[in-house]
Amino acid sequence: MKNIKFLLLGIFFAIVLSKVQAISWYRFYEMFTFKSFHMFGIIGGAVVLSVIIMQLFKSGKIKDINGNKIIPKPKKKGFISTIFGGTLFGLGWGISGACAAPVFVILGFKWLPALIILLGALLGAFLYGLVSKKLPN
Amino acid sequence: MDFILQPWAWFIGGPLIALSLLLYFYFGKNFGASTNFETLCTMAGAGKVSDYFKKDWKDRDFALMFVIGLIIGGFISANYLIPNQTIDLNPTTVKELTDLGFSNVGNQYFPDEIFSDEVVFSLKGFLILLISGLLIGFGTRYAGGCTSGHAITGLSSLQLPSLLAVIGFFIGGIIATWFLIPILF
Repeated sequence: MKNIKFLLLGIFFAIVLSKVQAISWYRFYEMFTFKSFHMFGIIGGAVVLSVIIMQLFKSGKIKDINGNKIIPKPKKKGFISTIFGGTLFGLGWGISGACAAPVFVILGFKWLPALIILLGALLGAFLYGLVSKKLPN
Repeated sequence: MDFILQPWAWFIGGPLIALSLLLYFYFGKNFGASTNFETLCTMAGAGKVSDYFKKDWKDRDFALMFVIGLIIGGFISANYLIPNQTIDLNPTTVKELTDLGFSNVGNQYFPDEIFSDEVVFSLKGFLILLISGLLIGFGTRYAGGCTSGHAITGLSSLQLPSLLAVIGFFIGGIIATWFLIPILF
């Protein structure tokens, strides 16, 4: 099973997010209301260290498991899509306290509400797929 | 064992999330979570309705394994690793939410006012969750990423679209928590 390592990494990542409380509705509420440093510390710390990791990828000091150079995929460009799409996501995240990875983790805590959020997210992704060509970038 | 069962401080989170990103890339794949919403749509047969979903989901078997891992990891954490879900909140948060009618603020990860069975089975509670999910799914795909893909992978690889997306996340999150939550509750 070549993908077992992703299964284990998923378990690890979920435990990390759970233990640092980065799946709690209250933690995201306090992040968006700027009442606590906690989430800023976590995300900020992750970003700062990842900047260093990305430099090591770029310089070729860290290669992937097959010995290939690691190049993160370029993100799709577009002012409206990123700002407006990001705002819509932020609205859903701010109300439900769930974002894309945590929604799966929360299934292990509160399966029914998490399942409804997930079904909504699938419906949202489906709607996006239907209209994506008509939306401004 | 004691350390495992205690809540972990914020400064432990950043390095372990960065380590997860490092391993994900080391295993040969691009770190992110929200593309899985599309993959699950494809698996459910969305390709019959729209060409957008006509992809081979088996190309993303690794990501589906990661997702299954997230669910298992959540289950393990919820049942064995977090005996006490109390959150150390800012007293003003506690007061603010109590004034809005939230009970037992910070006693567990997820407030009953949004996540309890009673609320989930009410029309309002159900719609709040479903519409939030819809915004999450639509928004992440339109923006091209979520917290993992944009805020962590994209920002750290110094990509401008990710900075714009993160600004968007905060515009939305601020509108939600400052204006919508007081209206909804």
